[in-house]
Amino acid sequence: MGEMPVVPDPAALPWWSALLLPVLLGFVTWLALVGDAAFAGERAALAVPGREVARLLVGQRRRTVAGDVVLGRIGAGVLPVAALLAAAVLPLGERPVADLSVGVVWFNAMEVLAWAAVWMVGWGSNSALGLVGGYRFVAQGLAYELPHMFAIITAALGAESLRLTTIVDAQRDLWFVVIMPVAFVVYLMSAAAMAFWGPFDAPVDRDVAGGAAAELSGVDRLVFAGGRWLLLVTAAAMAVPLFLGGGAGPLLPAWVWVAVKTAAVLALLLWLRHRFPTVRMDRYVEFAWVVLIPLTIAQALAVALVVLGGA
Amino acid sequence: MLEIVLFWVLAAAALVFGYLVFRLDSMAQVTFALLASFLAVAGLVLLLGLGYLGVVIALMMVIEMVIMAVFMIMFMMNPAGLMPMTMVHNKAGSAVIAIGTFVVLAAGILLVDWPTREGEPAPDPTFALGEALMGGQMLTMMTLGVGLFATIVATVVLSTDRGRYGGER
Repeated sequence: MGEMPVVPDPAALPWWSALLLPVLLGFVTWLALVGDAAFAGERAALAVPGREVARLLVGQRRRTVAGDVVLGRIGAGVLPVAALLAAAVLPLGERPVADLSVGVVWFNAMEVLAWAAVWMVGWGSNSALGLVGGYRFVAQGLAYELPHMFAIITAALGAESLRLTTIVDAQRDLWFVVIMPVAFVVYLMSAAAMAFWGPFDAPVDRDVAGGAAAELSGVDRLVFAGGRWLLLVTAAAMAVPLFLGGGAGPLLPAWVWVAVKTAAVLALLLWLRHRFPTVRMDRYVEFAWVVLIPLTIAQALAVALVVLGGA
Repeated sequence: MLEIVLFWVLAAAALVFGYLVFRLDSMAQVTFALLASFLAVAGLVLLLGLGYLGVVIALMMVIEMVIMAVFMIMFMMNPAGLMPMTMVHNKAGSAVIAIGTFVVLAAGILLVDWPTREGEPAPDPTFALGEALMGGQMLTMMTLGVGLFATIVATVVLSTDRGRYGGER
């Protein structure tokens, strides 16, 4: 009781890496889009992202009557910005762009911005379907966020630190996915859900004509959809330092291992989307509250006992 | 230098967005103006070196304001933002109270005889703050926290008997 924890020196990349981060994240997202197109069985998958971006860039913005342009634009803009800020604490190889002492909480705080963003976009167009989509995300948000939070915190608990580089260091002997498999699975599910992705895409589903994004076209749609992809890539990449040992691996340098593991997690999430239909919202919300939350708490308890026993 | 600039920018942002809460005529915009004001305050807490508290304020406020947006728009007087509304009822009275409170607090900051710092800040201010606040009651607080949370989950479970499509499982 009462002894101060030792604060390790931050191990961040040089400042100019902050300028490269958007480029890197954009490049990985581009690859993920190509992969997604290939999964969907499109011919010439390599050209799909470029074609789509060009189409949206020249497309006209749709204007709706009495829309709330301020909130709508801010909402769409927040998505990519939040994804980038979340990626700042991501160890690219051994070091992140910003090695915050509260990296895990920072990541989560940036992620939940998406929650506000989708609602703002849905509200902004003053369209019934858009609003339905926005409210869907808000209604499910807590059911996504709470298991997500517990899963992330379990990893932090295992390393006794909220700093991502320390969490990676703590996995030198054993990856956290081995001692906290439940947290890992819940993390993957809720990460997809927080990016309203795959089976959890009810807020932008076809049954409400695109939901929150129903009235978006042109640049607005590009920013919204791009932001969502960036968010998904960031969330997938965060699974690597949290559960998969970060850059640990034989022979190859750390950054290659991070890239390989991130690609594997992303591929899993892409496959998930093409394999499963949209989950009925009320079913998942109930499942999250009744099954996932108690499970993640039990997982955290088990890890806490292991940590206490090892100390 | 940078810290001083940041302080003034964030302080001004907190005030301006707080002011906008009472000036804007759409409940949705009011909610997010309030959120922006809180985020500026979170930035100020970060400037104090309390990393954990600052980020947690941002995290909780975003969640809270989004939930709040749902209820405020549901219950307040501009249904779906279609009719202009105002957050202020007793205009003159509320302005006097607000400005009065601000003046009193600001005067307090300027007039109080602040003690000079003795000793050094802790290596981990969040840890020190937690110790100072909770100290020996940590176990009680944790038990309470888990108990409260279990109550919330149980309440939700009991109250959501049916889904959107009726009672079928």
